[in-house]
Amino acid sequence: MLDRPEGALLELKNVSQTYTKGSGERDSLVLDNVSLTLKSGEIVGLLGRSGCGKSTLLRIVAGLVTPSKGDVSYLGAPIAGPVQGVAMVFQSFALFPWLSVLDNVEIGLRTKGVPAEEARRRALAAIDTIGLDGFESAFPKELSGGMRQRVGFARGLVVEPNILLMDEPFSALDVLTAETLRTDLLDLWVEGRMPTRSILMVTHNIEEAVLMCDRIVVLSSNPGRIAAEIKVDLPHPRNRLDPEFRQLVDKIYALMTKRAAPERDGVFPGLGLGMSLPHVSTNSLAGMIEEVAAPPYNGKADLPALADSLNMEIDDLFPVAETLQLLRFAEVVEGDIKLTLAGLKFSDADVDARKKMFSDHLLAYVPLAARIRRVLDERPSHIAPATRFQSELEDYMSEERAGDTLKGVITWGRYGELFAFDEGSQMFSLENPGGE
Amino acid sequence: MISRFVAFSSLGRRALPNQWDFISLALVIAVFIGVAKGSAGMTAPLTAPVTADLSLDYSNLPYYALRTTLRMSAAMAASLVFTFVYATIAAKSRRAEMVLIPLLDVLQSVPILGFLSFTVTFFLGLFPGSTLGAELAAIFAIFTSQAWNMAFSFYQSLRTVPRDLEEVAVGYHFSPWQKFWQLEAPFAMPSLIWNMMMSMSGGWFFVVASEAISVGDTTIKLPGIGSYLALAIDAKRIDAVLAAVLAVILVILAYDQFLFRPIVAFAAKFRVELSAGQVQEESWVRQLFLRTRFLRALVTVPARMLDRIALMRLEPPRGRATRMRWPDHLVSRLFDAVWFVVIAALLGYSLYQVYGFVSEKLALADLRETVVLTLYTMIRVFVLIVLASLFWVPVSIYIGLRPRLAEKIQPLAQFLAAFPANVVFPIAVVLVVKFSLNPDIWLSGLIVFGTQWYIVFNVIGGAMAFPNDLREAVVNYGIKGKYWWKDVILPGVFPYYVTGALTASGGSWNAAIVAEYVKWGDDKVAAHGIGAYIAQATEAGDYSKIVLGVAVMSIFVILFNRLLWRPLFALGERKLRIN
Repeated sequence: MLDRPEGALLELKNVSQTYTKGSGERDSLVLDNVSLTLKSGEIVGLLGRSGCGKSTLLRIVAGLVTPSKGDVSYLGAPIAGPVQGVAMVFQSFALFPWLSVLDNVEIGLRTKGVPAEEARRRALAAIDTIGLDGFESAFPKELSGGMRQRVGFARGLVVEPNILLMDEPFSALDVLTAETLRTDLLDLWVEGRMPTRSILMVTHNIEEAVLMCDRIVVLSSNPGRIAAEIKVDLPHPRNRLDPEFRQLVDKIYALMTKRAAPERDGVFPGLGLGMSLPHVSTNSLAGMIEEVAAPPYNGKADLPALADSLNMEIDDLFPVAETLQLLRFAEVVEGDIKLTLAGLKFSDADVDARKKMFSDHLLAYVPLAARIRRVLDERPSHIAPATRFQSELEDYMSEERAGDTLKGVITWGRYGELFAFDEGSQMFSLENPGGE
Repeated sequence: MISRFVAFSSLGRRALPNQWDFISLALVIAVFIGVAKGSAGMTAPLTAPVTADLSLDYSNLPYYALRTTLRMSAAMAASLVFTFVYATIAAKSRRAEMVLIPLLDVLQSVPILGFLSFTVTFFLGLFPGSTLGAELAAIFAIFTSQAWNMAFSFYQSLRTVPRDLEEVAVGYHFSPWQKFWQLEAPFAMPSLIWNMMMSMSGGWFFVVASEAISVGDTTIKLPGIGSYLALAIDAKRIDAVLAAVLAVILVILAYDQFLFRPIVAFAAKFRVELSAGQVQEESWVRQLFLRTRFLRALVTVPARMLDRIALMRLEPPRGRATRMRWPDHLVSRLFDAVWFVVIAALLGYSLYQVYGFVSEKLALADLRETVVLTLYTMIRVFVLIVLASLFWVPVSIYIGLRPRLAEKIQPLAQFLAAFPANVVFPIAVVLVVKFSLNPDIWLSGLIVFGTQWYIVFNVIGGAMAFPNDLREAVVNYGIKGKYWWKDVILPGVFPYYVTGALTASGGSWNAAIVAEYVKWGDDKVAAHGIGAYIAQATEAGDYSKIVLGVAVMSIFVILFNRLLWRPLFALGERKLRIN
C-alpha cells in the first residue's frame, strides 16, 4: 500500500443528477453539485441516509449512469459508459444463479475474450485469495449470504480493477458474518494482496465507515449534497472501543442529526402540506419512546448507543427519531434524543390514552393529516378518494414520494383513529369498520 | 409461482381496449382480408399436391406418428426463433413495443383454426404441386397456436431482468450479444419452458386439425396421425379411431419423457430464487445422459460450441454506442414522428381495406347473423366453463389437499390437457346421431372436453400450495362447512383457478370451431354458433364469410378476456395471493 503512486484516479466535478418525472413536469434533483476525487491508496466511504443519492453517485462513478450535469474523468480522461478498471460489488450480491461459483468469477474475463485456460487460472487464484476454496463448483443458492458476497468480491477482484466500488456490500448480511467479511477484506487491503488501488464504498452504517475508510464523505439528503468530509487517521486494525473511534462516531452522528434550518417545520423536506413523510410504523414510534423513557436512558439517549441497543441502523433509526421530533414527542439534537413532556406522558399512558394523544399531535403537527380529516368532516358523505390527496401532494413532490407520504399518514391516522382507509377502494372515510 | 409464468398479454395491460388495440385489430383484419383476396385470386381449383396414399393399416401408424412429431418439432423450432426475435425487438425498442405487444394480444385472441384454409391456399400457392406447401401450412397452423404466449412470456421476462444483474452485465462490459445469452435468455428460461409445454399441449389439437384439410373442392392429406384419423372418420372405422387415440397417447408420453422432463430438470438451475431446498425435478433421460460416458461425450461437443458462440462479442461497429448514450432529442423526436406517420399510413390503409371489404361483400344481415352466432358460442363457452368449474373445483381441491393422491392425479390432468380432444369428437357424433340428440346442447360438451383439465391441474396445484400453517389454524379454530369453503379454501385457490379457467376459456373458443360442426362419414352434425359458421364457410370455400366470422369472433374474445378474465386475475393477484 505504501509504494502506491499518489494522484487522482478518478475525478467528479460539479456533478448533478436529476430524474425527469413521467409527464415531464418539474424534475426532481437527486444529486446537487457534487465534486469528489479518488486517489490511489485510499478507501473512501460515501455515508448518507436512504434517498441521499449515494447509490446514484456510485453508479455515476461506475459509468452505469450518465450525470445530467458535470464531468467525470478516469485517469484524466472523461468517461462515457463503464470503464475498464472499475469493478463493482453489489448489496444484493448480483450473482448469476445459473452459474457455479467458478463460472460466476470467470464470466467477467470470458466475455472480454480472455482465453479459457488463463481465465480459469486467474479465477482460481481470486477464489483462493478470497477464501472460497472448495466451493468452486457450488451454485450460489447453495451458499450462505457471506459466501455469496465472497463470490461477489472474487468476481470484482479477478478483473484486477484499479478502483473497486462497493454498494453497501455488508448490509444484507447478519452482524457476525458482516464483521468477518469486513476484517478479511481489510486484511487483504492492508497487506497489499488486492490488485486494487482504491476502494469507494457506499454505506449507511456509521461505524462501518469509521472502521474501514480513510476518508468519509457525508452526504445530506434531498437533494444529495456533500455535507462534510472527514479524514480518519486511525491505524488499522481499528478498535471499535477505542475512545478516539467512539468520538469520531459520535461526531458523525451529531453531524447527521444537525437541526434543520429554522424556517422548516421539521427535518423532513418540504413545508406544511408539501412535507414528505417517511413510512414509519406506529409500533416503532411507541417502541422507541418506551426504550428512551426506560432506564438506563431515563428520557435522554445517545443515538449511537440507542442504535446499538435496538440493533437498528441509521436508515431505520433516523426516520423514527425524526418522526417523534415532528410529532413533538422528542427532540433530536447533536446526536442525542430527548423525550419531551408529551413523550414522557405517552410512555406512561394506556392504549386508549396513547391513541388520543397521538391523534391530537397528528392533527396539530402533521398538516396533511389535519387536511384529510378536515376534508372528511366537511363532506356530507364523509368519504374521500386517496387520489384526491395524492394529486395534491404531487404538486410538491414526485409521484413515488407522494405515495410513500400518503402511506405513512394512513398508518398513523389509522392508529390514532383519525380516519379509516379502505385499501380495496382506496377511499378515506370516517367510518369505524367495526361499528356498523 | 405459476402466475409469474402466465403469459396472456392482456393481463399486464389496462382493461379497456385503447387506440393501440384498435390499430392492431385493424392491421390483423386487413392482413386477413388481403390474404383472403389473394387466395381467391389464385386460380382455383388448386393443384392438389400428389400425396402419398394413406391407408388405415395399423402398421403405418408408427410412421405417421413420426411425421406428426416432426411437424410438431418444426413448429416448435419456428416458434422459438420467432420468440427470440419478436420479443427481443419488442423489449428493446420503445417504438416497436407500442405496436408489437397489442398486436400479440390480438393474435392471441384470434381463433386461428378458422383461418386454416387461407394459410393452406397461401402456402400451396408458394410451392405449387409440391407437398412442401401443405407441410408448411400445417406447420404454420401449429406455429400460430404456440408462438404468441411464448413470445409474450419472453418479453415479460426481458422486461423484468433484475436490475442488479443488468448492472453486472453492463458494468463488466458484456456486449449486447453476450448479455442476451449470459443473462437475458437464462433468466427467461423457466417461464419460457413452462409456456413451451403449454404451447405443445395446445399444439396437438392443431396438428390433428391441420393435417387433413378441405378447402372448397380440394382436400389435402399429409401423412400423419391427424389425417389417419380423418380417413378413419370418412370410412367410419371406430377401431382405427381408437388406434389413432392410442398413437397420440404414446407420442405425447414420449415427448414428455424424452424432451420436456430433461429440459425442466435442466432448467431448474435458471430459477432466480436464491434458496435451496425446492422440489428437485428428476428425469431419468437426463440422468442417463449425465452418467453414460459416450452419451455425455455426444453432447459435450455441441455444448462447447454453443458456449463459444454465446461468448462471442459480436458488437456493432464502434462509435454507435456513444451516439446511443446521448440521444439527440431532436433526432429522437424526428424518428418518433416518422414512426407515427408509418403507423398512421398502415392504419389508414388497413381501414381502407376493411371498408372496401365491408362495403363490397358484406350486408348488414351478415354482420347481424355472425354477432348473434358468436353470442351463442359465447354463452356456450361461458356456461360450460361454469359447469366444469362447479364440478371440477371441489374435486380438485379434494385431490390437492391429499398430497399422495395429487402426485398421481396431477400429471394425469396435465396429460389430458395435452391430449387433442378433437380425436374423440367423432364418437360424440355417433352418439348424437344414434340417439337423435339436440346438437345445440350435446355438442357443447365437446368445447370444454379438452380444456377443462387446465382447471383441474391448476386448482390441484393451488390446493397443494395452500400453506400448512393456515390449514392448521383452520383446524385449530374449528372452521368448517360453509365458512371453510367461502373464507378459506376458495379464496386460497382462486388465483390458480383463474389461471386455469383463463387457459381453458382460450382453448374453448378455438375448440368451438371444430366442436360445433362434426362429421362421421357422411353424417354431419352442426350446432348453432360462430364455430359452425366458420367451419361451414371453410368447407364451402367462402372467403368473405370466413374473414367476417373470424373477425367478429376475435373481437368477442378480446372483450371477453379484457372484461371478464383480466379483472378477475387482477383481483386474485392483488387480494388473494398467499406468499
